[in-house]
Amino acid sequence: MKKIWNKLWNNKNTRTNLITYLVVIVAYAIMQTLYSMGILSSAMKGYMVPVCAYISLAVSLNLLVGICGELSLGHAGFMGIGAFTGIVVAALLETSIPNEILRLTVAMFAGGTMAGVFGFFIGIPALRLRGDYLAIVTLAFGEILKNIFGNLYIGLDAEGFHMAASAGKVQLLEGGKMILDGPVGATGINRLSTFPMGFVLILFTLFVVLNLINSKEGRAIKAVRDNRIAAESVGINVTAFRMKAFVVSAFLAGMAGVLFGLNMSSVAASKFNFNTSINILVFVVLGGMGNILGSIISATVLYILPEAMRGLDDLRMILYAVVLIIVMLCTWSPSVKNVMQRISAAIRDKVSRNKKEAGTNE
Amino acid sequence: MQILQYLINGISIGAVYAIIALGYTMVYGIAKMLNFAHGDVIMVGAYISFCVTNYLGLPAIVSILAAMIVCTVLGIIIEALAYKPLRGTSSLAVLITAIGVSYFLQNAAQLIWGSAPKNFTSIVTFKPFSLAGGELVITGEVIITIVISVLIMVGLTLFTGKTRMGKAMRAVSEDRDAAQLMGINVNQTISMTFAIGSALAAVAGVLLCSTVPTLMPTTGSMPGIRAFTAAVIGGIGSIPGAMLGGILLGVIETFSKKYISTEFSDAIVFAVLILILLVKPAGLLGKQVQEKV
Repeated sequence: MKKIWNKLWNNKNTRTNLITYLVVIVAYAIMQTLYSMGILSSAMKGYMVPVCAYISLAVSLNLLVGICGELSLGHAGFMGIGAFTGIVVAALLETSIPNEILRLTVAMFAGGTMAGVFGFFIGIPALRLRGDYLAIVTLAFGEILKNIFGNLYIGLDAEGFHMAASAGKVQLLEGGKMILDGPVGATGINRLSTFPMGFVLILFTLFVVLNLINSKEGRAIKAVRDNRIAAESVGINVTAFRMKAFVVSAFLAGMAGVLFGLNMSSVAASKFNFNTSINILVFVVLGGMGNILGSIISATVLYILPEAMRGLDDLRMILYAVVLIIVMLCTWSPSVKNVMQRISAAIRDKVSRNKKEAGTNE
Repeated sequence: MQILQYLINGISIGAVYAIIALGYTMVYGIAKMLNFAHGDVIMVGAYISFCVTNYLGLPAIVSILAAMIVCTVLGIIIEALAYKPLRGTSSLAVLITAIGVSYFLQNAAQLIWGSAPKNFTSIVTFKPFSLAGGELVITGEVIITIVISVLIMVGLTLFTGKTRMGKAMRAVSEDRDAAQLMGINVNQTISMTFAIGSALAAVAGVLLCSTVPTLMPTTGSMPGIRAFTAAVIGGIGSIPGAMLGGILLGVIETFSKKYISTEFSDAIVFAVLILILLVKPAGLLGKQVQEKV
């Protein structure tokens, strides 16, 4: 037993992964204890499920941006596909699957699959492009998806399922219910998402992503990121591996979208816009590209930070923007880093000199 | 006749997109960065013009000049504080910083002017005139927009083609290191690009709000994204490409709204972008750069 443990612990990748799982589990345990003790404010309770969804989204985007090296500006589109598919599936299965956890699980897989399928079809044209152009095409797809959701009308009545792309086309019998109502979005959602399910989703996402990264496929994907031409010349099928990362990322984003959508009583398509995509990207970049634990931490902190500053009203988003710029400058800029190093060196110098002086005085 | 009417309206909206797209494309061409804060500079320009005409009561032409000066200074400051320190690092880092700047401008505007929409008074005072017995109505805004954009395009083409600074810009966009070796001050050239781009954004802001008179802190973001799309359609980095892309986008948007579907006009515009990129991966007038190993 000890031998196995040592072997696991001495492998750097496995150790990082174990630490990541451990952090998530401990954080969950702490939050759950606080929750059951009734210490958490109601606002805090409200953040718990969205934070889980955003953590999953950030981890899945990190697979694409950090590991595969492809910039995507349309992640919220996949989140939206997942959310709306999940909401429709959950509403359809309301009578046939009474168990809420099972229904949520089915909805999540349905949402994930739908997002994955869309990811595949979007990937066919998008992955022919590279760099900034790929980013622009993902942005375009995100906007197209948002536009389509915003004009989709889905209703359910005794006769079954109705769907149309313009207002007033869906005529329901008495007792029927609109699930999706165009620009208004989905309303009257049965809120199935719970914090434990969010935790399970994070674990599932981590399991998929971490295993993928440390597999043969993952190494191939990283090789494509580091040098596409070199990877191609040693026989790696570049398109296939980029597609794999893209579809997996879309699938996981779809699942997170279901968790997010089924946590709200109403969701409009405009929620899944460019700004949301950008926010997820900010989580990934500030957490460190390719660093999964970093994504988890930054998604949590950056989601709660603006919400916690609500008391500051108008100032809070300005502060958020300033913090964002300063953090980016401090972590990336060579000149700012240089200045910081000089300052810290000067402080250290002074401290050690003071110590020395103190030493001679004695 | 109706088609002609829509065509003219489309060109007018497209001309505004083209002016905004010029800012995106010049900055991309020279600094190789996607400046997502550009759309918000438009909004600042429109607010400055609004304040100068409504609170100070000065004529429209003064308000445009004031907006241009403020935006130029703003563009140079943004570049110096937020983008210059990150030059040469990951383009993703610059992108996120640009988004930070965009949030900052939007929220600063909300703090200063409030989130309630302001009713922008058009800078154009003369009446629309009708042709062909009232079937074709051309508003003053349309004429002014088209005239100003043509002037800007001609001016910019002459500037980049004939002047020393313009030549320096082209050199920097082609090869920054080689340009530096030839004695071009790269930092100054990039600042100049931001200055010109921001001044154009101010003009675009005033023209945009003269056509669509609601002014809010988020006014710039959607036209910003569209103009960015236009720049990509035309081939990002190419100045004639931005003009072509802008006008094309405006015409497509107007026609798809009238003849296909109002609700899905966004989807159609972006689908056109994707189709064009599939056929010409570097945009209509962009240069396809061969990768060397």
